[in-house]
Amino acid sequence: MSWDAVIVGAGHNGLVTAAYLARAGMTVCVVERNDWVGGAAVSRELYPGFTYSNCSYVCSLFRPEIMRDLELPRHGLQVLPYEGGAVLKEDGGYLAMFRDHDANRREFARHSPRDAEAYDRYARDVLRHCRFIRPLLMRTPPDPVSLRPRDLGELAWLGRRVLEMSEAQIAEMVRFWTMSIADFLDEYFESPVIKAYLAVSAIIGTALGPMSPGSAYVLLHHYMGDVDGNVGAWGYARGGMGAISAALRASFEVAGGTVRTGSGVRRIVVSGGRATGVELDSGEVLKARRVISGMDARRTYLDCMAEDDLPAEFVGAVRRFRTRGSSGKLNIALDAAPHFPAFPDGAPMLKGDLHFTDTIERMERAYDDWKDGRFSSDPFQDLMIPTMIDPTMAPPGKHFVSSFVQYAPPRIGGQGWTDADRDAFGAACLDQIERFSPGFRDRVLHVEVRTPRELEAEVGLTEGNIFQGELTFDQLFFNRPVPGYAQYRGPVEGLWMCGSSTHPGGGVMGAPGRNAAVEILRTTKHDRSGVRDAYAVL
Amino acid sequence: MPSSDIVVIGGGANGLACAIRLARGGARVTLLEAEPEVGGGATTVEFAPGYRVSGLAHLVHGLDARLVAATDLAGQGFRATDPLPTTLPGADPLTVPAAGGGPGDWSTLMDRLGRHATRLAPLRSLPPPRLGAGNDWRALTGVGFGLARAGRADLRDLMRLILINVADVAEDELSDERLRALLAFDATLGAWAGPRSPGTLLLYLNRLALGGARAPMGGMGRLAAALRAAAEGAGVTIRTAARVTAIAVAGDRARGVTLATGETLRADHVVSALCARTTLEGLVGPAHLDTGTVRRIAAMPFHGGAAKLHIALTGAPGFGADLRHRFVLAPSVDAVERAFNPVKYGEVPDRPVAEVLVPTAHDPSLAPEGHHVLSVIAQFAPHAPKDPDAAKAAFTRAVLSVLEQAAPGLSGQIAHVETLMPADIAARYGLRGGSWHHGDLAAERMLFLRPFPEAARYRAPLPGLWLASAATHPGGGVTGTAGWNAAEALLKEAA
Repeated sequence: MSWDAVIVGAGHNGLVTAAYLARAGMTVCVVERNDWVGGAAVSRELYPGFTYSNCSYVCSLFRPEIMRDLELPRHGLQVLPYEGGAVLKEDGGYLAMFRDHDANRREFARHSPRDAEAYDRYARDVLRHCRFIRPLLMRTPPDPVSLRPRDLGELAWLGRRVLEMSEAQIAEMVRFWTMSIADFLDEYFESPVIKAYLAVSAIIGTALGPMSPGSAYVLLHHYMGDVDGNVGAWGYARGGMGAISAALRASFEVAGGTVRTGSGVRRIVVSGGRATGVELDSGEVLKARRVISGMDARRTYLDCMAEDDLPAEFVGAVRRFRTRGSSGKLNIALDAAPHFPAFPDGAPMLKGDLHFTDTIERMERAYDDWKDGRFSSDPFQDLMIPTMIDPTMAPPGKHFVSSFVQYAPPRIGGQGWTDADRDAFGAACLDQIERFSPGFRDRVLHVEVRTPRELEAEVGLTEGNIFQGELTFDQLFFNRPVPGYAQYRGPVEGLWMCGSSTHPGGGVMGAPGRNAAVEILRTTKHDRSGVRDAYAVL
Repeated sequence: MPSSDIVVIGGGANGLACAIRLARGGARVTLLEAEPEVGGGATTVEFAPGYRVSGLAHLVHGLDARLVAATDLAGQGFRATDPLPTTLPGADPLTVPAAGGGPGDWSTLMDRLGRHATRLAPLRSLPPPRLGAGNDWRALTGVGFGLARAGRADLRDLMRLILINVADVAEDELSDERLRALLAFDATLGAWAGPRSPGTLLLYLNRLALGGARAPMGGMGRLAAALRAAAEGAGVTIRTAARVTAIAVAGDRARGVTLATGETLRADHVVSALCARTTLEGLVGPAHLDTGTVRRIAAMPFHGGAAKLHIALTGAPGFGADLRHRFVLAPSVDAVERAFNPVKYGEVPDRPVAEVLVPTAHDPSLAPEGHHVLSVIAQFAPHAPKDPDAAKAAFTRAVLSVLEQAAPGLSGQIAHVETLMPADIAARYGLRGGSWHHGDLAAERMLFLRPFPEAARYRAPLPGLWLASAATHPGGGVTGTAGWNAAEALLKEAA
C-alpha cells in the first residue's frame, strides 16, 4: 500500500503533524528508530521506581491551540504549574523568585530597592516584545523576496503589525532583537544576582553567552509560553515530559494513525524528482505520497538523502546550518530530599528552578570554556526537583532531580566525547551542587549524565543541539533552516519538514509540527476544519 | 557679546566637516576647540625626541567623498598613499591586495560582500531613515532600487548575513586559516566584540563601504591641518584653546556656550561634535533633560577595546615583506576570540592581535635617518581594568612579545615605547571609555538607534542643539560623514 504520508521520527513535532493529518483523513505512518516515541520529550525508567524526564524537563511553550485541537488533556496530559525558584549565592544568601509579580518585587527590594522599581518597567517592556512575537509562532514565515500574493499578503500583515506600534516602540524592538541580554538587563537593574537570574532564559540551549548580541531574543523564545493562559509561566507534565508524547500518540492513534517504533530510516527515496517513500534500516521500503521529516535539517538532507537528489546550492546551505550543541543534562535519583542550608526545608523555592550562578560574568566564563571546546568547572545549572510537585515520578520519600547544564561543547578539544570526559563533566556538576547542598552526593542512588554525544546518539539531534539548529537571526524566521525553504517544503516535490529545524524553532512547542500540517493541508483536498486558528492569549 | 549663527564645539574631523558644510551653506560659523590644535583623533605627535607618528587614528579610511569634493586637501598640502595591501607575517607570509583579487575563495567572498556593502553604503551619507515625515525619500528610493536590482539570490544572502557572526562566515567560505583570521580581525577592529559575536559581519560590511585604507604622508596631523585651512577658506572662525564648559540654555532652548574663561558666545544653533554623553550630561546637564533621556544617556555603552602603541626603532623591523604594507598579526579566528574574552572581565589577554603600520616606510622624515616608528593598534585592551598600571604593563609586554614573533629581532631595536590604553585615549582625546566611535558601534547602535532613538537624526533632545560626533550615524573613523550629515540636517531645518 502507499501511505498518504510517512513521517520520519516520532518526536513531539512529528506526532503533532501526524495527528493533524490523520484527523484530516489521511493515512499516516510515523516511523521511529527508537523502541519508544517522544524524541526529546520522553519519560524513561532508567533506575527502578524512578521516572526521568531525561531530555526536556519542563513545559510552557507547548501551544495551547494544539492541546485543544488534538484533545491532549482527554488523552492524559496534565500540566502542573510550578512556583518560583531561587538563585543560591556564593556568600550563602539567595534570591527567590515567585510566580506572583508583587512577591517578586518585594524579594527584589531585599536586594535592591532600585531594582524593585525597575522590575515593573522591565516586565512591561518584555511583555510588549512578547506580544509582537507570539502571533508569529503559528504562522508560516513569508518569503521576503517572493512576489507571490500570499507572501506579499503576509508581509503586509507583518508591516501593519509593526506600524501599530509607535516609532519609539519599533526602535526599542529592533534594539531588543539585536542586543545582548547583559546589556539589556544593565539598562534596568544593578544587582548582579537579579541580573544573573533574569539572564538565564537567554542562554538555555543556545551557543551564545549572556554578553553575545542576539541573546536577548533567546530570552523571548523562552518567555513566549504559558500554562493555562499564564504567559511566561512554566510547569511540569505530570508523569514527565513523555506524558506529552504519550497523549499525542494516543490522539494520533485514535484518529487511525499508525506508529512503527524500532524502524529507523536509512534513506528517503526520491524517484523522478519526487520523494516517494522511505527505506528503513531493515531494507523495507514504505511508499508514500509525501515524506515528512521530523529530523533536523542536517540529518534529513545530509545523512538520509543522496546529494544527487538535491540542488547543489541547497546542500551547501544545509552544510552551513549551525547545529552546535551547547547543553548537557544530569538525571539523578535521590534517596531523600536534598537539603539546602540557604533556606528552610520545605521552602516554596524548592518547587521551582534552582541556580548556583549568581553573576552574569560566571555564565559568560562558562561560555568562554564552551567556545574553547571544554566543559566548565563552574557550569551553569538549572536544577529542578519535579517530585516536589509530581509524586508519580519517584517512590514515596525519594526524589527525581533534573539538572540542565549550560554549557557542554559538541566536542572536547576537537575530539569526540569519551566516557571519561562524560564522567568528569558529571562530577563537575555534582561538585557544584554539593557546595550548595552538603550531603547531596550521599543521597544519590543513580545518575544519568547526558552530553551532546548522548543526545545525538539517542535522540538523533545532530551535534546534540536541543533546538535542531541554533537560534540566531541568520537561522530564524524566513532564514530557518535555509533561506528560500522556510515554508516547511523541502527542495524536492513531496518532501516536507516539520521539526524544530523549521520556524519557529526548538523547545517542546509543537508549533513547527502544526505549521507544517497546515502547509501540507493547503495542498490537498482534505478536511482542514480540525485546525483551528491560532489565538492570542495576550 | 560676540555672536554667530552657529557654534560648533570640537575640532575633530566631524566638527571640521560640519563647520565646512555649514559655512558653505551660508552660515556664520565659529568652531571651538579645547586643545591648542584642531584634529581630535587625527593628529601627529612626537612621542619620543625625533620620532613622530599619527597620535591615534593612523589610516585615512573612508574620508567622506562630499568633504573631499568640497575641499582642496592636496592644495592644502595633504597627501596619502594608494590603498595599502595587507600582509600577514609569519613563517609563511601572505599578502592580500588592497582591492580585488587574492586567493580564489577570498576574492569570491570579497566580491560577494563588496556587492552588499556597495548597496548599503549610500545609507552612510543619509540621515537614518525613520517612520513618517522627514526622510529623504529620493535617496532612500535609490537605496531601495539598488537592493531590488540585486536579485533574489543576493537579497536572500544579505538577509541571512546581516546579523551573522563573522567567524561562521570565515569558516564557511574560506579555507586558509590565515585569511579567516584576517576577516575576523578586520570585522572586530575597533569594536567591542569577538568574531563569534553576532552582528560582526555587519561591521565588516561597514568597513568595506569605507573603501581602501591609505597611509597619510606626515601623519594624520597633516589631514587636520588641511581641513583647518579648508574650513578657514570657507569662512569658518576657528578658536583653539577654547574649552566649552557649558551650553547655555534658556527657555528650553540652547542659546550659546560658555567657555572656561567665563566668556559667553551666543548662537542660534549649537552643534556638538563631542561625545554625546559628555555633551548632554556635562555641558547641558540633567536639569534640562527629561528622565527618559537621562536614562538613555546613562545606558550608552563606551567599551573601548583597542590600545595604541607607538614604538621607536633604531632599524628596519624584519616583517619579511614590503614595510609599506599594513601588517595584521592575528594567527586564527580563535586567537582573535581569545584576545577578546578577557576584556569582558577587565582583564588583559595573553596574546593580543594587532594592526601594525610602519609610517616611516612611507615618510622617512618621521624619524631620524635609518630609524623607524611603528604605529600599532592592539586588541583587546580592557577599558576599565582593576589595576590600570599593572594592566598597561602586562598588555605592553604581551604586544611586544607578539611583535617579536612577527618580526624577529625587533626587541633589540626598540628605543622607546608609548602605550595608550583605552583609559589613556579617553584622557588625551576625550573619547569616553577609549571608544573609537564615541560609543560602541554594533547592530543595536546603528542607523535610527544611534546614539539612541530620540537623538538619531542629529537633533539632540533639546531645541537648538545638534549632535555631530561619531556617536551619531554612521559612527566613527576619520571620515567626517557624521559631521557632514549633521550639517545637512541643520541646514534643512534652518531653511
